[in-house]
Amino acid sequence: MNSVVLALTGVAMMILGYFLYSRFLGRRIYKLQESFVTPAHELSDGVDYVPTNKFVLWGHHFTSVAGAAPIVGPAIAVIWGWLPAFLWVTIGTVFFAGAHDLGALWASARHKGKSIGSLSGEYIGPRGRNLFLVIIFLVLLMVNAAFAVVISGLLTSTPTAVIPTWGAIVVALLIGQAIYRYKWNLAVVSVVGVVALYALILIGDQVPVVLPETILGLSATSFWIVVLFLYAGVASVLPVWMLLQPRDYINGLQLFIALGILYGAILISAPTLVAPAFNEAVPEGTPSLIPLLFVTIACGAISGFHGIVSSGTSSKQLNKETDARFVGYFGAVGEGLLALGAIIATTAGFRTVAEWEQVYSAFGQGGVGAFVEGGGAIVNSGLGIPAGLSATILATMAVLFAATTMDTGIRLQRFVVQEAASIMGVNINKLLATVIVLAIAMGLTFGAGADGAGGMLIWPLFGTTNQLLAGLTLSMIAVILLRKGRPVTPVLVPLLFLLTMSVYALIVQMGQFYAAENWLLLVLDVIILVAAVWVIFESAIAMSQAKKNPPELEDDERERASTRTRS
Amino acid sequence: MLLHRLHTVQEHVRAGLHEFYVAPYRRTFARAQRDEEDLFMMLVLSEALGVPNPASYYTVELLPVVYDRFHDWHRRMGMERSPLDHISCC
Repeated sequence: MNSVVLALTGVAMMILGYFLYSRFLGRRIYKLQESFVTPAHELSDGVDYVPTNKFVLWGHHFTSVAGAAPIVGPAIAVIWGWLPAFLWVTIGTVFFAGAHDLGALWASARHKGKSIGSLSGEYIGPRGRNLFLVIIFLVLLMVNAAFAVVISGLLTSTPTAVIPTWGAIVVALLIGQAIYRYKWNLAVVSVVGVVALYALILIGDQVPVVLPETILGLSATSFWIVVLFLYAGVASVLPVWMLLQPRDYINGLQLFIALGILYGAILISAPTLVAPAFNEAVPEGTPSLIPLLFVTIACGAISGFHGIVSSGTSSKQLNKETDARFVGYFGAVGEGLLALGAIIATTAGFRTVAEWEQVYSAFGQGGVGAFVEGGGAIVNSGLGIPAGLSATILATMAVLFAATTMDTGIRLQRFVVQEAASIMGVNINKLLATVIVLAIAMGLTFGAGADGAGGMLIWPLFGTTNQLLAGLTLSMIAVILLRKGRPVTPVLVPLLFLLTMSVYALIVQMGQFYAAENWLLLVLDVIILVAAVWVIFESAIAMSQAKKNPPELEDDERERASTRTRS
Repeated sequence: MLLHRLHTVQEHVRAGLHEFYVAPYRRTFARAQRDEEDLFMMLVLSEALGVPNPASYYTVELLPVVYDRFHDWHRRMGMERSPLDHISCC
């Protein structure tokens, strides 16, 4: 089958989802009202609560939620063939992620912009808050470990990406200075920054940096992992204006450029999907499609992380409640498009099935490396950019996405550690907290498998915790809907599906870790399973309580009731 | 006419880019500024709080300036009531 057909089908499904399903959700389920005074207006403070143009807000929302995860997940999951991954990404985006992201945005906007953490505190009690903290900690822990492995793998497999990867940090530092110290015009800075980034890619393509087999007694991959964590540690304690802010900004611009390059190349070169629709002959040791597909692809189909962004920042900036449809639902569509691009790159970017099977020789093989190789071939034939340079562009893009997530992830985890310590009555400073975070993350990365190979074993576990977070958010949305006496099926079905698949996947993986005698991951698996059971119980209790209480008055009914008493 | 329209488009793009750059870190900066102002507040009030301050002759002049924020400050520092007898804000 031709990949253009697949791309157009996927895009059409998601666009239809936006025009039809999100309209249904907005009208019948969430009942978005143009006249509702959003928190951005009600609590306007010029800091958190700022009414923002819906296109700008969507840009933010999308760039905060999209990263390397919607590339890595699908790139691993196409081992079962392109059709299962395609169906899960498109159906997941339309019916799961869209309902979840839009719902989180709506629920938060209706609760003065409170985060999902505070909402679970409100509807479950103090236990809900703790549950939320535990899950957040687990998600951050695993995302840092997995992404460190992804990046170091790319740096060794695509040595031409080394210079742009580290050069991008220098570019970001200079942009920070240009903006805050020299007050350059932002539009000029943006152009200069993007040009500098691509110049670095050109240089890197000419000057590959290949590390020797062993450095300081470490293999090249392990060495990169250590360097990455050290860098992320330093980056996370620097003032944000210096590095993180310009880095996020340039990455946001880069995301749009990269999506344009990828889809442009697919449309022009129209490669054929060489991988089988259903892979009958999966390599030995590949776990069964059900349930592992649904936790391998989390971001791109449904991801709890979106709920954090929706309820944490985006909800406080909604200009009108009806904007939530575009910002929340279309944000999910954007990420679905990225995942779809990754599926096509990893299944159509090879000449023959044999070549494809060679890359996907075992579960966890291929992955983002296949994305760079396959995507590079497509960009080469579509836009005429040399194959090596195309691969460098894609590898740099994937590395930058993963690295910015790591910077922020380590920073956020430091806050979690400091908060947990202060609950225990100990005050720890920024540096000590960062050291603790780095020690835990590196311990997990190397402990899960020497040479840092454990990172990819962690990937499905990361997906599972991400799904649990989505489950918690969905159950909060369901509780709020139940209290208002509205239909909950569009939220309840994804919720039940997610929780079932997560628990099922955890049990399957428990068996695998036991067989492989990987005790560290086995313990981690059990911890996540406990958290999963905890989520299930808390949501069941909260929902049955919400059902017992008489439904709250709708806003319009309340208005009518108040006018009645007045007259 | 066309020039004028081009100008408005340019303004929109500039505003959009600015928002795109600034918004994610607005809270971080506001908090950093507040921390700095809290420190300044402590310096201004140090004499009253029992910490000798060689520059108190000058900082006294600043008292009226910081007065507006005093109530929020002592609540943030974990004191329900004003710690100073001569400033009764609550």
